[in-house]
Amino acid sequence: MNFPDNARLLQLAIATPLVSALVIALGRPKRHALKLAAAAFALPALIAIRLWAQFPAGAGADYQFASRLDTGLAGFGISLQLGLNGVSMPLFVLAGIVGLAAGLYALRSGAERLKIYLLLLLVMQGGLLGMFASVDLFYFYFFHELALIPTFLMVGVWGGRDRNYAAMKMTIYLTVGAMLSLAGLIAIYVQSGAQSFDLVTLRAELAAHPLPFTVQKHLFGLLLFGFGTLVSLWPLHTWAPLGYGAAPSSTAMLHAGVLKKFGLYGLLQVGLPLLPQGAQHWAWTLALLAGLGNVLGLGFVTMAQRDLKQMLGYSSVMHMGYCFLGIASLSVIGAGGVVLLMVAHGLSVALLFQLATCIHHRTQTFDLTEMGGLARKAPVLAAFFAAAIFASIGLPGFANFWGELAIFVALWKFSPWITAVAVAGVVISAVYGLRAAARIFYGPPSEAFQRAAAAQPPADLDWKERLPALLLLATLLFIGFWPRAVSDAADAALRASLPAVVPTATVTFHR
Amino acid sequence: MTTDLLQAAAASNHWLAIAPELILGCAALVLLVLEMALPREQHGWIPRFAVLAQTVVLAGVLLNFETRWLGETTFGGLLRHSLPGQIGRVFFLLSSLLVSFLASVCLPRTRMPRTEFYHLILVVTAALMLLAQSNSFVMLFVALETVTVGFYILVSYFRDNPLTLEAGLKYLVLGALSSAIMLFGIVLLYGAVGRVTGADGAVHTGFEFGTVATFLQNNPGNFLATAGALLVLSGVAFKIGAFPFQIWIPDVYQGAPTPVTAFLAVASKAAGFAVLLTLVRNVFPPLAGVLVPVLSLLAAATILFGNLAALTQRNTKRLMGLSGVSHAGYLLLGVGASFTVPWAAGAVWFYLFTYLLAAMAVFGVMAYCAGADDTAQDLDAYERLAKDQPLLGAVLAVGVGSLAGIPPLAGFLGKLLIFIAAFEAHLYGLLAVAIIGVVVSIYYYFGWIKTAFFVDWHPPGTTEPPAFSRSAPGWVGAATLVLLTLATVLLGFYQAPLAGWLALK
Repeated sequence: MNFPDNARLLQLAIATPLVSALVIALGRPKRHALKLAAAAFALPALIAIRLWAQFPAGAGADYQFASRLDTGLAGFGISLQLGLNGVSMPLFVLAGIVGLAAGLYALRSGAERLKIYLLLLLVMQGGLLGMFASVDLFYFYFFHELALIPTFLMVGVWGGRDRNYAAMKMTIYLTVGAMLSLAGLIAIYVQSGAQSFDLVTLRAELAAHPLPFTVQKHLFGLLLFGFGTLVSLWPLHTWAPLGYGAAPSSTAMLHAGVLKKFGLYGLLQVGLPLLPQGAQHWAWTLALLAGLGNVLGLGFVTMAQRDLKQMLGYSSVMHMGYCFLGIASLSVIGAGGVVLLMVAHGLSVALLFQLATCIHHRTQTFDLTEMGGLARKAPVLAAFFAAAIFASIGLPGFANFWGELAIFVALWKFSPWITAVAVAGVVISAVYGLRAAARIFYGPPSEAFQRAAAAQPPADLDWKERLPALLLLATLLFIGFWPRAVSDAADAALRASLPAVVPTATVTFHR
Repeated sequence: MTTDLLQAAAASNHWLAIAPELILGCAALVLLVLEMALPREQHGWIPRFAVLAQTVVLAGVLLNFETRWLGETTFGGLLRHSLPGQIGRVFFLLSSLLVSFLASVCLPRTRMPRTEFYHLILVVTAALMLLAQSNSFVMLFVALETVTVGFYILVSYFRDNPLTLEAGLKYLVLGALSSAIMLFGIVLLYGAVGRVTGADGAVHTGFEFGTVATFLQNNPGNFLATAGALLVLSGVAFKIGAFPFQIWIPDVYQGAPTPVTAFLAVASKAAGFAVLLTLVRNVFPPLAGVLVPVLSLLAAATILFGNLAALTQRNTKRLMGLSGVSHAGYLLLGVGASFTVPWAAGAVWFYLFTYLLAAMAVFGVMAYCAGADDTAQDLDAYERLAKDQPLLGAVLAVGVGSLAGIPPLAGFLGKLLIFIAAFEAHLYGLLAVAIIGVVVSIYYYFGWIKTAFFVDWHPPGTTEPPAFSRSAPGWVGAATLVLLTLATVLLGFYQAPLAGWLALK
């Protein structure tokens, strides 16, 4: 029917950044490298949007656009299987769009040794796209690591303050998390008896012969703390603010926006469907850690930050708490809310990290107390930042609103007390978000800023900075006004994949 | 001894079956002749001839991989030609070729004679190849001693360096001790088994693997034989550097010339595992009840010791040595699993091949970064490597990353396969130790990459960093390193060639 068909397009989307990275590594002229990189960031985003438009909403948990490649380990039940279902489709789009925005921003960032920086970003982008399109759990992990390794290098080489320490700490924490989740995945592979890493086979096998409760308990524990470290579950979160504070902007955009969703996605696609009883066993622990630790505890920590980037890092960790709460609610609404919030948070946090760097270029500082009055010089930047903050708080009209709303609705059934804590978190994020916006853009400018502005008046956002920001904001608003673009497919997939042990709610919130 | 017996033995002497080893041995002798015959200015041909001989033999073995002797024993049961034996041949030839490459980088820096170095490498390689195919404790011991004696000389080759001499002495004393222990074990086994007259009337001795295996099968609780088996394994543990027999590793690795360190790290270790796998699969399966706990304990201690000891190393050769100890631990995990999971042996070989590719790449970078003093290769010498020599930096990153087992590199798959085998063999506790080991190893491996890639802060006034005595690789060196790196990356994505060849699963 189409040229080329959608399964091929999916393969193409993942291969393009990786192959381009190889070409850039071997090729010489820098001029062509920039053009090639731009194309390699744009193509996957376009393909992602096309696939999104063609995705059949009622597909359920079945994988669309599926393809399979044998790499030589078929005997172990490992083969490169690609496909998208209702949960992975929105996240694939997220990876495509945030990747494009981060790439466009990086192209004009004027970083030292730009070619290698772009190369690493492309490898990361390829890994991110592959991660969400993998049906095979081995490749799911494999692509995650492929995306993770470049971050360490990028933080260490192109990072800001404390970059060496931050890179080392990130590497060690994230390796621990990755190894724990790998152990969990291998354990599922061996214990299920399916002799396969194929998620579809595993689901069928474990639906027919569920694992005994004690095994599920241990395996879900492994996955929870492995994935939890990667998503920065309290108290395993300390790498995140430090890492994001030091990371160059495009890396922070891709890591906080997309890569970090790996753990949540893993819990949704692997943990809940395959180990429902284990999930039930851990639900309260998770709810308490996420509710009291991430949302409330780290919410207050976020309020106390003076450094803009640290604040964004902490707020990103705090918002991960909502996603964990949605998973802990063990319901389709909650899980659907997590999918929406993952996409929304990914877009908004990427936007915030990009704008933070734009602000830094104009004020030469990340210290909130040394800023002020920037709105007069850069009104467009102020408008973008305010919109991003509103989105991050969860105001209606932005995608975040629907995600948080669905999670709160689901949580009410789980525990009204935890819901109250979660709602209090919204107030907290409003306090620090609005206060940050006020300090940066309004009020009297600080002396240091005045002096710097007198020497070289700060310009408003130019089009190179506006384009990525506009891309992210438009997607946020689109999903904010039309959440069914995400939730229809996600609901269908979750309803089919979450077993009966997980109480399925009868209401879907948006109809 | 009747002439009949001698004739029977001679009838099974298929010299063609060991043609690769014979060619290597002859080539080694030709090298010595060439040194005398060629005029001095043409001595540059000697290393080239050595490389040519190895390449020809490697090509021959690969082309004739499924030889007609496969599954048969020759030389009166001394040798057994099998698929693992062929894999071992290829492995040792590959590593000796790469060691020759390293030698071509390192040797010209010194005033040491070159011909003898290549001569020894060829002889040791031939012995290693025989070792992988041995079917009798006599053959095993003789081949192992040939290897070890060769290494005694190679380790102390740069004899004008005190640290090298110290390394040579340590290797000599501890190597002799381990040989003695192993010999004692062989004698105990022989004593327990004695001479057995088979069904066909032929007399078999307690040196033959098959005879020992049958004896163990029939006398499961024999104390003498069990003690002998444990002592033999202790001797092998010396070679692979398993805890508590790893004590010689850091000093010897540091003192030995870099090519020899690489040879020790890759080929000598692999030889130990080839022997270990043969013994575990063909001779000692009845002792699984004793050996699995012993090997598990050994593996756990080796992984922990190797990784923890490597944490504080600043000398890269010691670092490679101690991290190599931890790799021996992961491999032991695979050996322990191979008692119950047959394909684990293939996983061990897969791991060894990935280790060969990654370690040789790293040793290659080390050879180019080494200064005049080959034993003083500090981590600090890698500062700004990625900026000054991007190629070496990239090769180092990929090599070290693969050693650390980071996806998408080949080393990750090696570890993954071993871990899956361990899971299937229900070695859960050991697996937990291995995972802790991997996490710990990230610290020192990443520290190396950090030094090479991340620009360190220097106190003001000392803006001029110390000059490093690095040499840029020529086109042969660059091509070799790029080839190793590409192989490591590609094997991470596409495993079909190696997996199919090792008959994994």
